[in-house]
Amino acid sequence: MDEALLRTLTPAVIGVLVRRGADFASAEDAVQDALVEALRVWPDDQPRDPRGWLVTVAWRKFLDAARAETSRRHREVRVESEPAPGAGEAVDDTLQLYFRCAHPSLTPASAVALTLRAVGGLTTRQIARAYLVPEATMAQRISRAKRTVSGVRFDRPGDVATVLRVLYLVFNEGYSGDVDLAGEAIRLTRQLAARTHHEEVAGLLALMLLHHARRPARTGPDGRLVPLAEQDRGLWDTRLIAEGVDVLQAALARDRLGEFQAQAAVAALHADARSAEETDWVQIVEWYDELVRLTDNPVARLNRAVAVGEADGARAGLAALAELDPALPRYTAVAAYLHERDGDPVTAARLYGEAARSATSLPERDHLTREAARLNAKLRG
Amino acid sequence: MAKYLLLKHYRGAPTAVNDVPMNQWEPEEVVAHVQYMRDFATRLEGTGEFVDSQALSEKGTFVRYDGEGRPPVTDGPFAETKDLIAGWMVIDVETYERALELAAELSAAPGAGGKPIHEWLELRPFLGASPTVTE
Repeated sequence: MDEALLRTLTPAVIGVLVRRGADFASAEDAVQDALVEALRVWPDDQPRDPRGWLVTVAWRKFLDAARAETSRRHREVRVESEPAPGAGEAVDDTLQLYFRCAHPSLTPASAVALTLRAVGGLTTRQIARAYLVPEATMAQRISRAKRTVSGVRFDRPGDVATVLRVLYLVFNEGYSGDVDLAGEAIRLTRQLAARTHHEEVAGLLALMLLHHARRPARTGPDGRLVPLAEQDRGLWDTRLIAEGVDVLQAALARDRLGEFQAQAAVAALHADARSAEETDWVQIVEWYDELVRLTDNPVARLNRAVAVGEADGARAGLAALAELDPALPRYTAVAAYLHERDGDPVTAARLYGEAARSATSLPERDHLTREAARLNAKLRG
Repeated sequence: MAKYLLLKHYRGAPTAVNDVPMNQWEPEEVVAHVQYMRDFATRLEGTGEFVDSQALSEKGTFVRYDGEGRPPVTDGPFAETKDLIAGWMVIDVETYERALELAAELSAAPGAGGKPIHEWLELRPFLGASPTVTE
């Protein structure tokens, strides 16, 4: 039973139903019903044309539901308008579905849930587990989201930037439960990249591939965070790195720079260094300059300060940091790091302890606590 | 989305405005209070913000390791000054502001005289398990 195939087909099938006149929420429900049916029937009787099979069954489910809910007249109009069976659709509806699921009228959390369900084909249960909330809660989030976008008309292309933000949110959730959300985000972004030639879609795909390639080295066997400089580069996935670099180069060649391409370029420079010492920090600073120019994002400025510290020394890094708002997330952790490199372990230890108290994730807090403890032990000894 | 714990204290929190022990309320006031809490949870299920809610018994015991093969030392019932947690609710919301708003609403549950208790709730963010991508 090929569950991956089912998930891949989901968006196209929803798209067909919506184009045939089904409203989005009912189409999505009908396709979920068809998927359940497929899981039951296919192991014994795999259809020759899986997509055609799903379209037929989902359409029938939709009609059944419509029959139950609406008047007889209404139903007959729909049956009348049913196109000839078969899956010979020329238009690609999947793109529309991405835009709809990431519609600006939705909150980020709802957009993520809806995208995973409608474009990704995940079940409500899987999504709920990944986000560690009860299934009933997630079911409500999804059905509210569906209702919100149900009436949305799609006569002009949606906003690619919004779609990319949603996919990046999914990627950053990492993984828990039985679905690897990072892997899922890559799959969906690949699908999107195959359908549109937007440079930033390629940029985001490259960024995800390059980050994902380092995942095996990012945490130790005990779950502790391993900083980039200490990672075992032998654990990096060279195949993913090569692919990420290829995708990025093709995007950069089109000369329309965006923030995801710039971020991917930084990631590529890290991936390219055989050891931490060989990292090309000067070029990384240049890319952060581009990123700051493009987004004026304070987090980009903070990362730039770290890069400056590596390229021009801790003093220069601290000077760059001094221009930023100390309330920024991770500001204190960066300050601690730069002070230690500047030869001031007392200040560094105090700042690491402070940073640990305001950390927002468990691995990060533990890492910062260990750094503080390491310096304090050295100061005592 | 971020998860927050709303902690309800029996003792240890600052005193509520409408501070009358529950066993001295009118029976219908107790019913109204319970109904308010239940409605609140149901509504959060509807908005997709509910995660969990539990009430704890007042009987708690302190336990500690006290050497190999020796019984743990217990300390209870609690002295009046000790903090005691009555229960919690876990919510999963878009923003910190939303968490504050919901906590305030929960604190307005009706108490004696049908008036809001104005009790203090402790609001604590969860530490997530997933490491962020930025290195």
